[in-house]
Amino acid sequence: MRPRISAGIWIILALIVLFAVAALLAPWVSPHDPLRQSLLLRLRPPGSATASAGVFPLGTDDLGRDLLSRILYGARASFAVAILSVSVSLVVGTLLGLVAGWFRGWTATLIMRFVDAMLSVPAILLAVLTVAVLGPSFVTLILVLGFTRWPRYTRVAYASTLQVAALPFIAAAEMSGAGSGRILLRHVLPNIAGPLLVVATSEFGLMILFEAGLSFLGLGIQPPAPSWGSIMSAGRQYVERAWWLTVFPGLGLFTLVVCVNVLGDWLRDRLDPRSAGR
Amino acid sequence: MGRYIAGRLAQAAIATFIVITIVFFVMRLSGDPTLLLVPEGANAAQIAELRHALGFDRPLPVQYLGYLNDLAHFDLGQSLVQRAPVWLIVQSRIPYTVALAAGALVFALVTGIPAGIAMAVWRGGITERLLSAVVLAGQSLPTFWSGILLILLFGVSLRWLPTSGADGPASLVMPSVVLGALAMSTFARMTRISVLEELGRDYVTAARARGLSMGAAVMRHVLRNAAIPVLTVVALEVGNLLAGAVIVETVFTWPGIGQLAMQSIFARDFLVVQAIVLFVSVVYIALNLLTDLAYSAVDPRIRGMA
Amino acid sequence: MLLAPAPFVPALFAPALAVHDLNLLIDGAAVVDGVDFAVASGEVMALVGESGCGKSLTAHAIMRLLPDAVRQGRGRIELDGENLSALSERQMRRVRGRRISMIFQEPQAALDPLSTVGAQVAEATGLPRSQAREAVLRMLAEVGISDPARRIDQYPFELSGGMCQRVMIASALIARPAVLIADEPTTALDVTIQAQILDLLRRLAVERGTAIVLITHDMGVVADIADRVAVMYAGRIAETGDTAAIFAAPRHPYTALLLAALPRLTDVPRSRLAVIEGRVPAPAEFPPGCRFAGRCPLADDHCRAEVPPLRDVGSGHLSACWHSEAVR
Repeated sequence: MRPRISAGIWIILALIVLFAVAALLAPWVSPHDPLRQSLLLRLRPPGSATASAGVFPLGTDDLGRDLLSRILYGARASFAVAILSVSVSLVVGTLLGLVAGWFRGWTATLIMRFVDAMLSVPAILLAVLTVAVLGPSFVTLILVLGFTRWPRYTRVAYASTLQVAALPFIAAAEMSGAGSGRILLRHVLPNIAGPLLVVATSEFGLMILFEAGLSFLGLGIQPPAPSWGSIMSAGRQYVERAWWLTVFPGLGLFTLVVCVNVLGDWLRDRLDPRSAGR
Repeated sequence: MGRYIAGRLAQAAIATFIVITIVFFVMRLSGDPTLLLVPEGANAAQIAELRHALGFDRPLPVQYLGYLNDLAHFDLGQSLVQRAPVWLIVQSRIPYTVALAAGALVFALVTGIPAGIAMAVWRGGITERLLSAVVLAGQSLPTFWSGILLILLFGVSLRWLPTSGADGPASLVMPSVVLGALAMSTFARMTRISVLEELGRDYVTAARARGLSMGAAVMRHVLRNAAIPVLTVVALEVGNLLAGAVIVETVFTWPGIGQLAMQSIFARDFLVVQAIVLFVSVVYIALNLLTDLAYSAVDPRIRGMA
Repeated sequence: MLLAPAPFVPALFAPALAVHDLNLLIDGAAVVDGVDFAVASGEVMALVGESGCGKSLTAHAIMRLLPDAVRQGRGRIELDGENLSALSERQMRRVRGRRISMIFQEPQAALDPLSTVGAQVAEATGLPRSQAREAVLRMLAEVGISDPARRIDQYPFELSGGMCQRVMIASALIARPAVLIADEPTTALDVTIQAQILDLLRRLAVERGTAIVLITHDMGVVADIADRVAVMYAGRIAETGDTAAIFAAPRHPYTALLLAALPRLTDVPRSRLAVIEGRVPAPAEFPPGCRFAGRCPLADDHCRAEVPPLRDVGSGHLSACWHSEAVR
């Protein structure tokens, strides 16, 4: 028997919570204003201190802004985009999957064909095109990621709904006169939540990467607002003189995504008996 | 068999049609696609003139039919920025992206599949733990970060490899590794699961009962059976490699279609961006189609379905 | 305290395969406990019991192909007097397929779906495929496969289950091994095919002098083909002896109940077959005394406290029951 929750998973969870708390409390824990520029303090290495401005634990960027503060605020952007876009795609994808799995027939064929087609457009490219057409902004980013990433949820919700709908208690609920909507939300949804949670977790990590990637390309969070991707994009030009601009935000991003991926694998092993031990 | 191929072809055709339609509507999401195409600083009269010239003042269904008609004639339009046919512009960059994707695919296959086999065969040991750490890193590394770190290490500090541009095979090494890392992880994971599943089957015990060593049983029987599910993700991964090239080509200033897409966005040359999205999607659909057909050729059970 | 099982060495023949005091452990629990048996050339020896009694693990232990979770404790396995347990894995590989071979319950699952049947039969010869082809064709004909020249290049999915089992038998016997282990070889097959496969095994055992260890849960199969039988219950041998003697007068209550559960042609159709009440205990719950005590109509405190040894109850017929005299 496996222990319920291993020490490793506790560490992973603790790290994710740490990132989330840091993002939430960024205004209170940041040593500096992430937007305050000072041309006199450009590209200071980590640990630099000045009498007037204080300590810059991770150094400063090309405009003399405190890197630690920008990373903390950048974490807010990462979490906000990831949480909101995952919510959008989760809701859209699940609803379509429930409908397809419940009504089957033509409805299902139509929805699932559309899912297949959506899955055959590489998501990041479609996102790049859509953001470019609409013009980059926080809301665009969320809508674009939300509306390009729903098909995976639909596939899972569809397959699970088909299974659950065949169970006797659903027929019993139908017999007692409950409507389709009520049965789907009250009886089917709770029973397909596990696999959806697994998808949502792995998508969460992916959305953090996508946000950073789009911001790196200049299509995500717009400067001067801090985002891990845009910090690295700016830092790339100074990589030979100021390695910290690339290394620290990237390290934060990498660590967070590793944690989310480990959590996702663990959830899948727990919630999906077919993949147990894989 | 014939029916299977016909069905699969029809499926691919439907997917292509839906993709083309999605792109059509995405291009019109902002309300007026003309604004995406005019050079900066154009006045209202010029915009109106262009709108008329491009047919964007026609009703939407008419525009849509015109768009389908153009695509059917393989006409992707003229770039107003570069004053050249869009397809010619894209075409000149394709070989670079193909070279990059091929390099990444080779890297991913050559490292990922043996890693997956090793993880399955030596499960529970130190080998599996080390390799799963590598796999986890591969799937969690942002390419723009690993790319810059590699440039810093091998380009700037050690000066072993060129930091950017397309200057001979050496300049392909770093971008290929960076781009291929995610696919490597996917192949390793898929191979591991697939080999583990096959190792548990009776025919493996039976082969060993005939006197084959574990290694020989894996080589002669397990790998071929395990390859089928892995084969199906290869095409999917090629599609992801083409899409991932947008970032990697930007980091390494590699002159492929990914870099072209970004340049075109900032130059407001949207017909080029549209062409690239269409091209990659169609390649993606075609690869999936080919995989399924190849799959049926490899597996005698499907081959035999007459 | 376990009593040392009585050494069972049949006096009249030198066994091709002998298993002495075999112990197999899962997480420290003895799922096979002190199993002894021997089988001579040309003889069919059945190892019979309900699923989970350890008969299949015993078979895999003989091949040294146990699953990872199972460990061999005490015990010796001798092939023509040679101790297999002392061989290295490399030496053992030359024993498998050449001197002992095995066939399985699901013939279609036991064949690689992506290799031709010919290639898989050839594998057991250790020769390159082209050189083995003649021998493979002859062997396929010998196991009763019609049109072997066509069948040899077909894939398992193109053959029926019974055909696949014939292919398995061909691959198991082509190298003329001394011992064949047949693990439920007919369970997955149609009733009509079952008889054909059993006849084939019987004929080959006699013709080639192969010793066959037949693993089955079916007393009907035992009656059909086995010369001798060892009845296993919860990892131990309950009773062993000549098939005829045991069917005529079982001396262990478990055997008696198994035989009573067997439908007979002479029986008037009954609404219900006699089945044994209760279930086999899990390894973790094995009682200290006789493992069958929980389901046995004759069990008393002595049975629950002390393990009954395998005792001779007459001319090579052994029973592990304190009340063997009372079994009707």
